[in-house]
Amino acid sequence: MTAAVFFGCAFIAFGPAFSLFIFTIAKDPLRVIILIAGAFFWLVSLLLSSLVWFIATKATNAQDLTLQKNLLIFGSIFSVILQEVFRFGYYRLLRKANEGLAAISEEDGPPLSVREMAYVAGLGFGIMSGAFSMINTLSDSLGPGTVGMFGDSQYYFITSALMTLALTMLHTFWGVVFFEGCERKRWWVIAVVLCVHLMVFSLSLLNPFYVGSILPVYAIMLLMAVWAFFSSGGSLHNITLLWTCRKSNAETSS
Amino acid sequence: MANNGEDIENNTVTEAPVPTQNQHPEPGVTGVRSRGGGGGVEQNGQAPPQRTPQVVESEEDEDEELTLKYGAKHVIMLFVPVTLCMVVVVATIKSVSFYTQNDGQRLIYTPFPEDTDTIGQRALNSVLNATIMISVIIVMTMVLVLLYKYRCYRVIQGWLFLSSLLLLFFFSFIYLKEVFKTYNVAMDWITLAVIVWNFGVVGMICIHWKGPLRLQQAYLIMISALMALVFIKYLPEWTAWLILAVISVYDLLAVLCPKGPLRILVETAQERNEPIFPALIYSSTMVWLVNMADTAALSSPGLTAPSCIIFDFYMLPPPALALGPAPLSPPEDDGGFTPNWMGHQEHQLGPLQSTDETRREIQQLPSARPPVMDDDDEERGVKLGLGDFIFYSMLVGKASAAASGDWNTTLASFVAILIGLCLTLLLLAIFKKALPALPISIFFGLVFYFATDNLVRPFMDQLALHQFYI
Repeated sequence: MTAAVFFGCAFIAFGPAFSLFIFTIAKDPLRVIILIAGAFFWLVSLLLSSLVWFIATKATNAQDLTLQKNLLIFGSIFSVILQEVFRFGYYRLLRKANEGLAAISEEDGPPLSVREMAYVAGLGFGIMSGAFSMINTLSDSLGPGTVGMFGDSQYYFITSALMTLALTMLHTFWGVVFFEGCERKRWWVIAVVLCVHLMVFSLSLLNPFYVGSILPVYAIMLLMAVWAFFSSGGSLHNITLLWTCRKSNAETSS
Repeated sequence: MANNGEDIENNTVTEAPVPTQNQHPEPGVTGVRSRGGGGGVEQNGQAPPQRTPQVVESEEDEDEELTLKYGAKHVIMLFVPVTLCMVVVVATIKSVSFYTQNDGQRLIYTPFPEDTDTIGQRALNSVLNATIMISVIIVMTMVLVLLYKYRCYRVIQGWLFLSSLLLLFFFSFIYLKEVFKTYNVAMDWITLAVIVWNFGVVGMICIHWKGPLRLQQAYLIMISALMALVFIKYLPEWTAWLILAVISVYDLLAVLCPKGPLRILVETAQERNEPIFPALIYSSTMVWLVNMADTAALSSPGLTAPSCIIFDFYMLPPPALALGPAPLSPPEDDGGFTPNWMGHQEHQLGPLQSTDETRREIQQLPSARPPVMDDDDEERGVKLGLGDFIFYSMLVGKASAAASGDWNTTLASFVAILIGLCLTLLLLAIFKKALPALPISIFFGLVFYFATDNLVRPFMDQLALHQFYI
């Protein structure tokens, strides 16, 4: 419960997202705008789902703890579904906007490819999701206190940070895969992304049994990373080229 | 400035225009285009021979496309200072408790107290407070418009000078005092006097006269933050929210209605071809004029194009946003232009500094911009009134002060305001006339503040408690 915990958890949770932002997004104004709009869409989905949850809790008995916990789970599942719906909505909006920009511009193509938009939108969702999960916890970690006083886990902060990191990266990968699936009209991709998201949420229900929740979530994250890599045009060939530092003529920027 | 220098130096070196408008080095990088494309059209200091009307027309279309394309850049040019102002306000609120303490003091504009016995009484008091405050603002704006109409520039200048004096010296002194108190820093009066004196005087010079662009922008951000902090401290809770709501409505009416005071101000200024209080507004770029061989000088960012201007004057009562109608000026540092080079250019091209006459000439140019403007594309800036900064920061500051210390609410209001600003700039690109910057952002900000505080906060708290991750 000191500056060390604060900085450590902050860097774990937000380090990769922040570096992705600095290196790939900050220089291009259009990407920054899409990032912030993505964060906004995630926020709206969260708002609507909290509205539903709030109404449900107010309509029921506040003293019944199991009921409240079940309502919380129901609210969260609804929120997950709504997030994916909004991701789809954002995809449609971006496609329209891109078409608009492409139509009026003199060049042949739109200013941003769908893959770039997918990545940026996913990162926007991820950053906002991570920020909302972690920021209050982080600010509490600065202050005085004892962790796990009532028999709770001592590893609360670090596991929160690790889960936040996983969620941020997962949202980015989901964004890439989702948009690609929508582009290619492979609707099963959407269903799979939704299921994986629900699976990740259900794994987090196992907390504080961290071995059961964090390890599988990270395994899923790695799998999603691989899927996103191949879905956005990567291949083993690209990787070998990367390692042998040779430039290929057929490299696309994605 | 250095960019422009680069362009001009390139111009004197390369002769052949680069066939460019269609080249786009990589997707998503919109900023590069102006350098490659724009510079290609006029390479030397001499203007090309007079262009035909068809070219001018096609340039109008190109102009529109450029406006939309560079829209993204302008949005970011405004995101950064708005974010900085909000960060300063939130950081202060979270660390210096002075601005959230209720000392029982109130502004004279909000005489009714809010710590009453019943909710009804409190609501009534806050409505009355808001009404008084808004009427004061309306009266002040009318007075300003009348003074401007009857050309009492001296009065306006004096008024703005006095208010910036107050802000830069008195309020920053109080701010420093409270910061020292919070961090328990022992400071003697002499050092403090030297610091405040220097800060204030440099601020007055930068804002009312000449100064480096970044420093001027920094001072504008600082005084907006100070003003927002004053409002957060002295306006009671419900009054503050009501004032925010009502002032967005007022802004909408004042800028868009034909008889609205701000619209009259804009139109009068345009009729007279005068720059409208350029230093009262945060501007993202400097005025840079290059006098071409025979045509009148070039456009400067934000002066001629109404599409680049968002006006929002909140001539607040004497702790007001300062900055008189002093002309924007080129920065003091030479940005790489040595005196020799400057002399050479001046000899070839004519005077390089902007003056009122040259500005007037520019504003008389037909709206189809003269072709030589592409040089400055990179520099085409956008302006936002200081009142907007103040109210945005006030909203976010209040969110961080009042919402039980919750960061999610602050973050949500912040994102909402940025998106509102984005939408406003989009509308600006579509409608191409002065637009009020407050309504959309404040509306989103208020909706998200109340929704997040009441709905999302308990939800996220419960989730964090159980460590569920959605």
